[in-house]
Amino acid sequence: MTDTTYDATRTTGRSAPPFPLRSRARRRASDTMVRIASTAAALFALVFLFWILAVVARRGAAALDWTFFTSLPSPPGEAGGGLANAILGTAAMTVMAALIGVPLGLFTGIYQSEFGRGTRFGSFVRFTINVMLGIPSILSGLFVYTLMVVTMGHFSGLAGGVSLAILIFPYVARTTEDMLGLVPDAMRESSLALGAPRWKTTLGVVFRAARSGLATGILLSVARVSGETAPLLFTALNSPYWPKNFAEPTANLTVTIFNYAMSPYSDWQRLAWGASLLITLLVLVVTVFTRWRVGEVET
Amino acid sequence: MSTRPGRLGSKRWPDVLFRAAAVTCAALICLLMAGFFVELARNAWPSIRAFGFGFLTTSTWNPVTRTFGALSSIYGTLLSTLLALLIAVPLSLATALFLVKLAPPGLAKWVRQGVELLAAIPSIIFGMWGLFVFAPYMADHVQPFLQKVLGFLPFFRGPTMGIGIFTSGVILALMVIPFITAVMRDVFTMTPPVLEEAAYGMGATTWEVVRNVTIPYGVRGLAGGVFLGLGRAIGETMAVTFVIGNNHQLSASLFAAGNSIASTLANEFTEASEPLYRSSLIELGLILLAMTFLIQVAAHLWLNRLGRASGRTA
Repeated sequence: MTDTTYDATRTTGRSAPPFPLRSRARRRASDTMVRIASTAAALFALVFLFWILAVVARRGAAALDWTFFTSLPSPPGEAGGGLANAILGTAAMTVMAALIGVPLGLFTGIYQSEFGRGTRFGSFVRFTINVMLGIPSILSGLFVYTLMVVTMGHFSGLAGGVSLAILIFPYVARTTEDMLGLVPDAMRESSLALGAPRWKTTLGVVFRAARSGLATGILLSVARVSGETAPLLFTALNSPYWPKNFAEPTANLTVTIFNYAMSPYSDWQRLAWGASLLITLLVLVVTVFTRWRVGEVET
Repeated sequence: MSTRPGRLGSKRWPDVLFRAAAVTCAALICLLMAGFFVELARNAWPSIRAFGFGFLTTSTWNPVTRTFGALSSIYGTLLSTLLALLIAVPLSLATALFLVKLAPPGLAKWVRQGVELLAAIPSIIFGMWGLFVFAPYMADHVQPFLQKVLGFLPFFRGPTMGIGIFTSGVILALMVIPFITAVMRDVFTMTPPVLEEAAYGMGATTWEVVRNVTIPYGVRGLAGGVFLGLGRAIGETMAVTFVIGNNHQLSASLFAAGNSIASTLANEFTEASEPLYRSSLIELGLILLAMTFLIQVAAHLWLNRLGRASGRTA
């Protein structure tokens, strides 16, 4: 503890105060300084937020036009070209990831909240979910590479979708467990007492009570993975063509940003900024919208 | 559990199926975690056999002669993470203080949402901004200034290119500030008001209350926030890949280009067609997996102790 702490045992029988005497002015001054410093720290984060958003908005807006959304990328040096294939590829892989990851996460959350509460396996699963949430996304790509790309012999959109699903899985499991945990047990008991089977109780009563929280968790997790790059680097790779099926390398926005930004061609860098704006808008709009809806529910 | 279904209910097959599906999914996530270790270890095996323990202690990274050592990647990962935490922890603490103690509630709400929005920006956007806007700014303004003031230290020598470990650390700090701030804000709001009011009643200023009551009371929870930031920063990939410079040389200077485990994977993996090269990269991934796993376990144990401790006092 610091020297200013009040220590009762030291005061008894002494007339001198137990703490160093400091002038009121000095104490006021250090208080003011800390106030200013902490206001500045809060501003610091906001300044960077607006700086990044302003840069992305300005440079990105210059790249977005009709062809950006409708045509394939052109070879370097040739003007024009768009990223329609990458937009489609990102959308398709995100949807696939959600279709795989969301049900797995929901059922794990159901187990945690409806069956495994207080059991040893339940607490082990909770620990695993926390660890999985902390594992860097690039390792999901590496894992799916060793599991699917090596065995299938080529990069594929399927592998990309699976590596994104692995990121959605623990996230949805965690929010589902948290949200179902908020539903009072009396609701479950009433439903079971009326003779409803377990699955009907969970899906029809508990889920309904928790639906806005569940929807928020799912939307946020899907928005988050739609902006992920690292897991796709070794799985979906990238492609200059339209995505035809999930068995081949699939074009996507984020890896395109990475490749084009590192290229020396200004046309490609321009497209990379356009893609950056699109991804940022998508993620931020979903995030702000869900947060705002949660705020409405809370108040 | 109090809501166990009756015997009649549990025998009906849809319920059996429902329960089985839930158990299967819960088991699947455990299998998945084990699978990460097994698959990466299996694929890293040729490299583990070829280089042994020396992989961790040498920094030669030469695909041509097929000699690989992870030291420079581990060094870059730890250094950029440390730098990020050195910047982010004090700033997060101050921001949390602002949100809980200083700002009027209306303003605090907006600032909080702004800071949280920073966490929603995808990693690759930090990379784009870092490479095209922030790194040149660092090279032209911040780094020459630091060199002028602190140039006598070895960390701030060398050419000011903007690209390098220093810039990566700053961008990582920006990316983890929202996470650490959120935890610290929660910890601050959990301090019992009676303790703080007692201190205010003695005539303490806000800063004295925070320093002597709020922070000591929540110090374990605050450390939990630091753990969270550590775990986030250590495996961050795209933003770092854009600005760290991808250089396998060890250097004492923070301004020098370096590499981290994640950036090396992102940059080199698709070009590595030679089996031993690829295997060495996967071993790098295994090291990163082990690091993040240990951090999560440590955080888990720490928070469990925290939970038990507060359970006793409550």
